[in-house]
Amino acid sequence: MGMLNVLVAVSLAYVLFLFVVAFLADHAAARGHAKWLQSPLIYTLSLSIYCTAWTFYGAVGYAARSGLEYLTIYLGPSIVMIGWWWGLRKLVRIGRSQRVTSIADLISSRFGKSNSLAVVVTVIAVVGTTPYIALQLQSVTLALEAFAGEARTSAGHNATALWLAAGLALFTVLFGTRNLDANERHDGVVMAIAVEAVVKLLALVAVGLFVVWGIAGGVGPVMEMISQSEIAVWQVSSGRWAGLMFLSAAALLTLPRMFQVLVVENEDERHLATASWAFPAYLMAMSLFVVPIAVVGLELMPAGANPDLFVLTLPLSQGQDALAMLSFLGGFSSATSMVIVAAIALSTMVSNHIVMPIWLSSQGASAMVAGDVRHVVLLSRRLSIMGVLALGYFYFHATGGGEALAAIGLISFAGVAQTLPALLGGIFWRGATRVGALAGLVTGFVIWGYTMFMPSFGPDVFFTQDVLDHGPLGLVWLRPQALFGISGLDPMIHALVWSMSLNALFFVVASLVSFPTPLERLQGAQFVNVFDHSARPGVWSRGAAEAEDLLVMAQRILGPADAQALFRSEAASQGITGYLPQISPEFLQRLEREMAGSVGAATAHAMIGQIMGRASVTVEDLMAVADETAQIMEYSNQLEAKSAELVHTTRQLRAANEKLTQISHQKDAFLSQISHELRTPMTSIRAFSEILRDGGTLELKAQEKYAGIIHDEAIRLTRLLDDLLDLSVLENGQVSLNMRGGTIASVLDQAMAAAGAENNPMRIRRSGAREDVRLFSDLDRLAQVFINLISNAQKYCDAKSPVLTISVREVEGQLVVDFTDNGSGIPKASQEVIFEKFSRVGSDQAAGGAGLGLAICREIMLRLGGQIAYLPGQGGASFRVTLPDALEMAAQ
Amino acid sequence: MGKRVLLIEDEPNIIEAISFILSRDGWDVDTHANGRDAVDRVKERNPDLVILDVMLPGRSGFDILGDLRNQPETIDLPVLMLTARGQTKDREMAKRLGASCFMTKPFSNAEVLDIVRSLVEGQKAAS
Repeated sequence: MGMLNVLVAVSLAYVLFLFVVAFLADHAAARGHAKWLQSPLIYTLSLSIYCTAWTFYGAVGYAARSGLEYLTIYLGPSIVMIGWWWGLRKLVRIGRSQRVTSIADLISSRFGKSNSLAVVVTVIAVVGTTPYIALQLQSVTLALEAFAGEARTSAGHNATALWLAAGLALFTVLFGTRNLDANERHDGVVMAIAVEAVVKLLALVAVGLFVVWGIAGGVGPVMEMISQSEIAVWQVSSGRWAGLMFLSAAALLTLPRMFQVLVVENEDERHLATASWAFPAYLMAMSLFVVPIAVVGLELMPAGANPDLFVLTLPLSQGQDALAMLSFLGGFSSATSMVIVAAIALSTMVSNHIVMPIWLSSQGASAMVAGDVRHVVLLSRRLSIMGVLALGYFYFHATGGGEALAAIGLISFAGVAQTLPALLGGIFWRGATRVGALAGLVTGFVIWGYTMFMPSFGPDVFFTQDVLDHGPLGLVWLRPQALFGISGLDPMIHALVWSMSLNALFFVVASLVSFPTPLERLQGAQFVNVFDHSARPGVWSRGAAEAEDLLVMAQRILGPADAQALFRSEAASQGITGYLPQISPEFLQRLEREMAGSVGAATAHAMIGQIMGRASVTVEDLMAVADETAQIMEYSNQLEAKSAELVHTTRQLRAANEKLTQISHQKDAFLSQISHELRTPMTSIRAFSEILRDGGTLELKAQEKYAGIIHDEAIRLTRLLDDLLDLSVLENGQVSLNMRGGTIASVLDQAMAAAGAENNPMRIRRSGAREDVRLFSDLDRLAQVFINLISNAQKYCDAKSPVLTISVREVEGQLVVDFTDNGSGIPKASQEVIFEKFSRVGSDQAAGGAGLGLAICREIMLRLGGQIAYLPGQGGASFRVTLPDALEMAAQ
Repeated sequence: MGKRVLLIEDEPNIIEAISFILSRDGWDVDTHANGRDAVDRVKERNPDLVILDVMLPGRSGFDILGDLRNQPETIDLPVLMLTARGQTKDREMAKRLGASCFMTKPFSNAEVLDIVRSLVEGQKAAS
């Protein structure tokens, strides 16, 4: 009993030491002095949690029972590390780029962030790992008893295991959940397990050296003993070897604790390069002395002694208490490191995928607002750790520690190996779907439970002996250890082949027949093509580069024109020229809304989140998706554009046709008008010239009158032809302007003189000094316009005492000249047509114009860069002539 | 004497010329210068012949002709249409509406006289 107390004291001291190591490492990491913590050596040593108490104690027992078969447990992982490092690198890269927290997280993330999948994987992991934790409790308990050298009662047995479980739970809670950060790395724990890795290797090698040289007397005698022992003659079963190697290889990838140290705790994927040779070397060192210890133990120890404890009992039997103590600590290290990491890994899964979703849904939306979520996360983790260890203890309690250690280990391996198809399929096969993964996992898990896990409890726990022998309800083909009538296989191989092959089959078939969701496709591309993406995913610089990335993406979704317009308007509203606005939350919301219209809200959110560095998909993948979307949209846009183009062309043709018809009508009307205007004076000329030619009794006065009419009409004809030519030249733009400077007053004077204002009854009011505005224009053409307006007023003003007011003003850099008379004005209907050719107001043919005057005025003002318009509501008829500012004109 | 012609025309010089030519030949010439009340004027004066211009202020000569041909008292009245537009379209239009004759400006004085005489005499012969 005294020995036991010493042992407990030493164990506690050792735990305290680990505590300090972990504490210091955490602090060093927190202060950033942790370069050496993140060395490949520490990484490799942390991988050694693969070697649990099962390996430490059980390998010798395994060798003593089954010969060299124990080597498969080391060969599987070694082959993976050496021969499949590129696959591991992919796994690590994905784990890091996706910020994966556990194997359940990775699989659920790959298959569209499906929580149901995460729950299934978590359940498999917990069920698969629980026997393994029980195994550790059992091995430490057995070791303690062996050390104490006394057979304990069953109650005492359980009490030791309970204390151990509680102690490990405490340690794990203290170190596994110290971090308030969401960061899933545990520098302190990793350091502690690295130290433990050294301790267990040292202990095993020390015992091995002692056994070979201290007991057997050197290498030669040991080899002699081996060749004489049963181990040398045991046949190697190739089926079991292949099965075990497969299982142990799968275990390296799928055991939650291995995934934790291999992927989650990985600081740098280059560490894998070192680990790929150093870890197999470590395993080799661990296995080196297994056979000698087993052989010597079988030789020296009394018959019936548990070979699982030879590592401990051999030194004890030789009185080497200190070596035995070291050996015990080695085994203790193996057990504790495994339990701690497994508990951390499982608690992360249980907490993230089971407890937190339930808690969040029970809290509703308010939980997201309150700031206490992280405390809830920690509490949930801690409770999960305790729960995991409690499960381990209960399993230990239920099985009574009766099984050989190795068998329990294999059950665990086979259980968690069920996640292998989904894991590998997920990272290498884009076609794998959530439905497929779920189908495979559930199938494999159920078969494993039925053929391996439940029978492992022995008869009468889950199955009666009758069921084992004849199948449930007498269905022979459903015998748990001989499914579909396939008997004669090793039960382990039987369970493994059935569970894994049906798992893989269901996974593949269900994947092929189901359709992935967009998120699955996205994540699938992410995972499978992880190396195609940037070497350092998730690193996005702030500022303009980000805005540019957003623009590039937005262009693919919204089309270049819309995206650029959006960015430009946003930039403009921020007072920035160009296309790259400051990234504000408001802008991101706006962009998201815009994009949601094209690709849906979720995708838009994910895309923007990614570019802003807050999501787990890389930009390249989004670009691929966006390109795909854009292609589809472009195709439909092209179709739309083509049909729109057709409609447009048709409309244009119709319009052109209408225009041509209209022009044709206009031309007819114009010719008809010209004909009329020419023939009318010619009629008078011909008629009167014939009258004059007839001679006869015509009075002299009449003769003179008729000659005058002929003369006037000839002039009218000439003027008409002049006007027509003038208009034609103006309309064709062939007119050459004679630009020169002058004042508006002088132009008006010239126009009044030409219009014969002095001899006309119409009085003209001018605006005096305001007319003293210099302008630079074709003054003769301008005068022509003024003459036209003045003579129109003279002809058409119907007031008794006609007055024409000519006012000159400068308005907003323009020169405005208004001609307003005091007549009855022009009716509204006519106002619209007076500037058309041959339009005449009223019936006054006698006015003599052909109706081309205002048309010519309009053309002239157009050439001079100004305009002329009728100004309604001025009492009489009013025309406004507008000219560009004199100075501006001069500058031209 | 006493044969009356109503000249509906808005161009003063042409009114003067035609009035002179017909008066000199012994016709009694009335003139009217707009289209609006031309039909009333015809009924009021009851001439033996109407010389009708197509382009009149207020109402087109074609409309006036249509009215004349739609009313019993003027349905057979000889109407000589004058136009300065000279298109075949106008000629056909005049024919369809029932113009007795159609002349394009400018015309020779003798031609006008011949047509006026033949129209009025033809009318007399028919009645």
